[in-house]
Amino acid sequence: MRDAWLIAAKDLRLEMRSRVALTLVLPYVFTVVLLFGFAFNADSPTLQRVTPGLFWVTMLFASMLTVQRAFSVESADGVRDALRLSGLDGSGIFLGKAAAILAQLAVIEVVLGVSVTVFYGRELRGIGVLFVTAVVASIAIAATGTLFGVMAAGLDLRETLLPLLFFPAIAPVLIAATQASDLALSGDSATGWKWTALLSLFAAVYTAFGALAFGPLLEDS
Amino acid sequence: MSSAEVTTADGAASAPVTSTGSRFTRGLGLVVLAGLALQVFLSFVASPADVNQQDAVRIMYVHVPSVFAMYAGFVLAMVGSAMYLWKRTEFWDTLAGAAAEIGALFCGLVLVTGSIWGKPTWGSYWEWDARMTSTALLFVSYIGYLVIRRLRMDPQVRSKRAAVFGLFAFLNVPIVHYSVDWWNERSLHQDSTITRLDPQIDDEMLFTLMTSITVFALLFTWMLIHRFRLEFLISRAEVSGLATAIDARRAEAGLAAAEPRVEVAQ
Repeated sequence: MRDAWLIAAKDLRLEMRSRVALTLVLPYVFTVVLLFGFAFNADSPTLQRVTPGLFWVTMLFASMLTVQRAFSVESADGVRDALRLSGLDGSGIFLGKAAAILAQLAVIEVVLGVSVTVFYGRELRGIGVLFVTAVVASIAIAATGTLFGVMAAGLDLRETLLPLLFFPAIAPVLIAATQASDLALSGDSATGWKWTALLSLFAAVYTAFGALAFGPLLEDS
Repeated sequence: MSSAEVTTADGAASAPVTSTGSRFTRGLGLVVLAGLALQVFLSFVASPADVNQQDAVRIMYVHVPSVFAMYAGFVLAMVGSAMYLWKRTEFWDTLAGAAAEIGALFCGLVLVTGSIWGKPTWGSYWEWDARMTSTALLFVSYIGYLVIRRLRMDPQVRSKRAAVFGLFAFLNVPIVHYSVDWWNERSLHQDSTITRLDPQIDDEMLFTLMTSITVFALLFTWMLIHRFRLEFLISRAEVSGLATAIDARRAEAGLAAAEPRVEVAQ
């Protein structure tokens, strides 16, 4: 646990100093919000109906950038070798990296949430479900992203390979998060909670699998 | 696919082996050919048309056996991946790679034949039902797996990454399936698919279906053996190719060929 904390603090300190999420990912997310507006012909009823889906698809795109960043900062100066030699526990490194990604996703979610509310104009309801859904879905996304991030680390093809591996795997999370958010916004929080519960199960499974597999993958990445 | 003749492994430069065939696989190949001929006869001539679906039902004799072959491929790929992570032997890695590739091929066939079957039966090529949607996701997942296997990198690192992904892709199958299933209950969709083996299925149809499944099982085995041997030869070729290249460079420099080839190979 201490190892996880060390790694998370390191990654977040790097982010605080470089401000990549702030200066690159947030404007990107904002642009995607506008692009969806153009793609759906600025048709408010349509945009409002599909707001949860657009929100979560945008989050997947943004998480891709965040995950890539989390591993590209380590490709220079032999940081991965240093990590291997550091004696830190593989699962700890995994949890730390996932936690740092999770923290960045949380910031992005707040900004994206405000953006879609303002631009698409869907009335906010079921805040409790929305909040818990955002947390558990982000845990699932961060865990899966970290696992596939190390799988693609150090390859020429990594930017292209990562989405191909990541998106099909994360599809259940997209389905469940979109359903939970949509039901919450439609005022049916009771059914929304069921999807949130399912999401928590996914998050637990992916985190456990990642924590087990990360160490061996890092060993020779 | 239908030929039981010799399949040459061009990559095996210095190895004396030029074929992945053996007496057994040639015999098996002939049996598969005969079986496929029988399957075509049973599917199109001997078995009756369906009361509701008419002739469209005949695509079942390709579709359903492909489903079995697909799952056989993916289950073997999962077993191979898990065993590789445990034992770290080339056998399991090669088995996983060969099985996943054939599984992906049949998965593609399942999607295509399912779509074609869907048009006359449901009136559309695609329905977002649990089976079709999760099969489509399965297909892209295993394409990702095959991409990992073709990456240019240290073979052992590649094998390990492929094995972890192979394990993940398979463990994700139930998660994908049940989430899509749940998703559909909420929507306006009808029950997942038409019942394939409905109780009143005609004896001749059942016989044709069982024969088709058996023929595809044999075809799968035949393909798997060849693909396994080919994969093995390719990895040998990679090793001997490196040694050959090093010898050539040494010859250019006027040095004698490197003596301990094995050392280079390892």
